[in-house]
Amino acid sequence: MRRTALDMVYELAKEDDRVVFIGSDLGAGTMDNFREEMPDRFFMEGINEANIIGMAAGMAMDGLIPFVNTIATFLTRRCYEQVAVDLCLHNLPVKLIANGGGMVYAPLGPTHIALEDMAIMRALPNMSVFAPSDKEEMRKLVPATMEVRGPSYIRLAKGGDEVISNDHDGFEIGRAIEYRDGGDVAFITTGILTNRAMAAADELKAEGINVSVLHMHTVKPLDEGAIMKAARRASLVVVAEEHSRIGGLGSAVTDLLAGSFGAGGPQILTLGVPDVFTDKYGSQDDLLEIYGLQPQQLAQSVRDAVSSSSPITAVGG
Amino acid sequence: MAPALTETPLDQTPVYQTPALDQRSKDLRHDCVAAMEGGGRGHLPSALSLMEILRVLYDDVLSFRSDQPDWLERDRCILSKGHGCLGLYAVLADKGYFPKAELLTYCKRDSILGGHPERDKVPGVEASTGALGHGLGIGVGMALAARIQKRDSRVFVVTGDGEINEGSVWESAMCAGKHGLDNLTVLVDYNKLQSYGSTYDVQDLEPLADKWQAFGFAVDSVDGHDVADLQQSLKRLPYTAGKPSVVICHTVKGKGIAHIEHQAGWHHKSKISAEEIDALYKAVEAA
Repeated sequence: MRRTALDMVYELAKEDDRVVFIGSDLGAGTMDNFREEMPDRFFMEGINEANIIGMAAGMAMDGLIPFVNTIATFLTRRCYEQVAVDLCLHNLPVKLIANGGGMVYAPLGPTHIALEDMAIMRALPNMSVFAPSDKEEMRKLVPATMEVRGPSYIRLAKGGDEVISNDHDGFEIGRAIEYRDGGDVAFITTGILTNRAMAAADELKAEGINVSVLHMHTVKPLDEGAIMKAARRASLVVVAEEHSRIGGLGSAVTDLLAGSFGAGGPQILTLGVPDVFTDKYGSQDDLLEIYGLQPQQLAQSVRDAVSSSSPITAVGG
Repeated sequence: MAPALTETPLDQTPVYQTPALDQRSKDLRHDCVAAMEGGGRGHLPSALSLMEILRVLYDDVLSFRSDQPDWLERDRCILSKGHGCLGLYAVLADKGYFPKAELLTYCKRDSILGGHPERDKVPGVEASTGALGHGLGIGVGMALAARIQKRDSRVFVVTGDGEINEGSVWESAMCAGKHGLDNLTVLVDYNKLQSYGSTYDVQDLEPLADKWQAFGFAVDSVDGHDVADLQQSLKRLPYTAGKPSVVICHTVKGKGIAHIEHQAGWHHKSKISAEEIDALYKAVEAA
């Protein structure tokens, strides 16, 4: 997915001389083609995130379109004030490409695990937040961000993720995609949790539980219409994300539904990572399992909720 | 027992024979006080220390069109120490970016002139600042954009002294040095007082010229209130081809209003009385 994202930046730069690439001490050989062919618009800077965000802002103020790439935690936590003031307050078209969103860097520990990135980016006015499901969706997303007026946060997954997107469903920023329709239960997901939710939906369907899956590649601005449509026909809405349960897609959906339905709405279940720093290593899949986010676990959470007679609203799984 | 704080930081400042402020410098200070009167608050001393820096930049150095603030070929001037905005507002009004009457609306609900300058509101303001340590990174980006777009635009970034405690400033300084941005100039308003007290006590910057040199800058030091000294130095830019420049401007916080000079307690004032405003006007005239 990262390779696809950077390839798209290279392709865009060849077509549009406003496009600039700024990396922060990335791996050797990254974007060599860009550096060799368009050296005046290629910047591999040091490990100085505050500087590169300001630098991108200054370039964007003068008409350039910078894509900034480094590890998600460093691009969000380290330079949050620069992102807020330099990019969001000025509403500049700078694209942040964040490597290792979620628990991709599982073996590297909590300094590299980005579980609150969408929450803190989503909280900033003018910022758009994207978490595509796979490399083919990334291929469509990156060029589409050229039309986004303000800053964009693009959350990368690990790479090699199962491709679930397709040309038939098209791609439009801010428009959710329904991969499974119908049913009393609605999954609302983002990033790579969509493919897990689809597998869970397939498992449940075999048991006679029809589950819809709504994929939010755009977490902000939220496609409220699609969420409301799914929620109106469901008695249970399950939001699943590779993110803290605080402030991510679960919070966004809960805010929307709580404000729209009052007491008469569907039961809401938010599945994600609880309010902790990860304390295990292993792989991304290992950590997803620890936090109950693998397909069989998602399916079981749905079974438990469906069989529960108690009225539950916005509880964690 | 806490160590005694430095009463006067002047003992470590080069000795300059600063000429008396001329009428233009007094007029600009008068306008700062007028804005402060309108808003009833402000960082006045921080504006007065950079008054001659901005005056000389806008009178003698910068290429700009006040009737076309977004003219692409213009030189950019970023007031990175956004709390010095009273001085910037006085100069921009003087240059016709907006009517002088606007100064009297400073900090009022619907004013374009807030307690820190905003790019989208104030014609002539290049970057919204106020959070310290942001201007140089933006300036580096603008200087690189000029290089990419093959423009002759130059970029000037005015920082405070307390401001350059921020690590982000040195990240950007290192980057400017790496890229050899000789279209970029930093002017440090070195008035030796930050909010709590003397810069020598709170966070000593010395040896300041050596620091900038080590980061790849060509350095000059001037009397930041001596118009001729500033003019002569800025005429020589870039000091060294292929290097960014820095001008360490030795200044006096509150310069030109005798009773607030070097007074840490005056860093930011609110609820200022009519009597205090009257005293400020009188002090400007007496300077």
